[in-house]
Amino acid sequence: MLVFGLAIIALALGMGFVLYTQGSVPIRGQGFFGFLFETTWNPVSGVHGAWPFLLGTIITSAAALALAFFPAVGVGIFAAEYAPPKIGSVINYLVDLLAAVPSVVIGIWGIFVFAPWMRDTFYIPVYYWAVESAPALLPVLGAPASYNIITATLLLALMITPYTVGLTRDAIKLVPREQRDAAWALGATHWEVMRLGILPYARGGIVAGAILSLARALGETMVIAMLIGNSNRLPFTFFGPASTMPSVIANEFREAVETMHLASLMAVGFYLFLLTFVVNLIAAYIQRKLNIGGRVL
Amino acid sequence: MAREMSDTTIAVDQRVEKIAWDLTSRPAEYDPDVHSEAVRMETRELSVKYGKVVGVEGISVPIYSNTVTALIGPSGCGKTTFLRALNRMHDLMPSAAVTGEVLLDGENIYGRRVDPVMIRRKIGMVFQKPTPFPTMSVYENVVAGLRLVGIRNRAALDEVAEQSLRQAALWEEVKDRLKAPASALSGGQQQRLSIARALAVEPEVLLMDEPTSSLDPKATARIEQLISELKSAVTIVIVTHNMQQAARVSDFTAFFFLGSLIEFGTTNKIFTSPEEQRTEDYITGRFG
Repeated sequence: MLVFGLAIIALALGMGFVLYTQGSVPIRGQGFFGFLFETTWNPVSGVHGAWPFLLGTIITSAAALALAFFPAVGVGIFAAEYAPPKIGSVINYLVDLLAAVPSVVIGIWGIFVFAPWMRDTFYIPVYYWAVESAPALLPVLGAPASYNIITATLLLALMITPYTVGLTRDAIKLVPREQRDAAWALGATHWEVMRLGILPYARGGIVAGAILSLARALGETMVIAMLIGNSNRLPFTFFGPASTMPSVIANEFREAVETMHLASLMAVGFYLFLLTFVVNLIAAYIQRKLNIGGRVL
Repeated sequence: MAREMSDTTIAVDQRVEKIAWDLTSRPAEYDPDVHSEAVRMETRELSVKYGKVVGVEGISVPIYSNTVTALIGPSGCGKTTFLRALNRMHDLMPSAAVTGEVLLDGENIYGRRVDPVMIRRKIGMVFQKPTPFPTMSVYENVVAGLRLVGIRNRAALDEVAEQSLRQAALWEEVKDRLKAPASALSGGQQQRLSIARALAVEPEVLLMDEPTSSLDPKATARIEQLISELKSAVTIVIVTHNMQQAARVSDFTAFFFLGSLIEFGTTNKIFTSPEEQRTEDYITGRFG
């Protein structure tokens, strides 16, 4: 067991190390932050910077989490506490099903159904409205493309929702029965029991679950690569295409014939590795910090 | 380590003496003239079933005002099930079905128009493990029940908090750290905090489900002393695995076995001259 445990740690560290060595030329050439904050990514002229992708990754993931968090926590609370057992199990089943849908399937549905529908019912009308009555918004909105940040973010939110729901539900189920009983015995109503006995106990797990969902969103590749439009030119606009760290790697690795281009993709991979690693550490820290469940009372 | 052990030994010795004293100070016989008018609660043919499994069946027993009633019996005999029926905690388990009546001051708490939330405000409960709300301060824990009923007046809350903590014999230990998180207290202190929280809403009855089973002997002795002190203010029903504890703290004892009430009477009678052979066998340690 110990051997396997150590092997996994070694594997993770080894992966990070290989990414670093493979991407070390641009990172060392421009400096750790120099490469990260370089705003141009132009393989033709040989200028590589991670900033557009870092920005795209953070914008889409954070927005997806912001969209998904409250509805997902709400559904999780409902499934765990309020729903009659039968409805609760139906919800659980659907949520698990949604989590199991391969991202490429969501991606192709996005390309052929969701993105055109969004373009016709939302992007184009809003764009025309802006042209006529709020031209100041136009530079922010950008020309309406079907594949853009909003489409990608919405589908990303859909994809992380089942994780947040599941982790919320689990965190609530882990609250000890005595804790609930104590609130009930005090004459609390169901909502007051949630507020007094359950949510304070489960909040560590819920927040950590949300951050783990964020980590998933950061690394999600397929849906983004298919739907974000893949433009690495800043500035990004709401209706315009963009790129993320995973999507640029997925899109460009086959064309990366130049050594520098390939090394730069590796370097982007290295930064993505660091980013998800740090986010996971934060989740673990928050879980420990907020989770009273583990502490002896 | 050595010191702790000697402390424990002394505590046990003191308690053995106290049992003898307690038993002689109790009324030997159940006296209807003294007790009949002071019935606080009463169960009539109370049964609890989990699906097809019978928890308790046909329990009829009075609970007298300002006394301590102990529920004893071997594990799985239904005493906790019975206790939880007394403030409708079974409502929370969809599989549990309660039949029969539980009267509080003559009114059936399972009546059609009765709100279980209101019942639980009148009938408080303390559990096996201490259950302070871990993210709240000591003070907030004590006043949690008052906040639920909408009391916001700071002075009133302060007063009740102090009074409840004094009643629970915890005030001297926590008065300087009311703002500290409840999880920072020791196990025994947390249990007294749970008691203080239950007392703060001034319940008529306090149900205790093995309140000392997770505590060390010293903390246990403290809680037992507290129970004896509290009965002037509140009627207490206590489930205990510990025969000595029942003898020490209770005025009445109900012996449960396999979901039935075998015998009910004054503690003195149950422990010295029980009518049922099974009661005697259990009390003298022949089974259970």
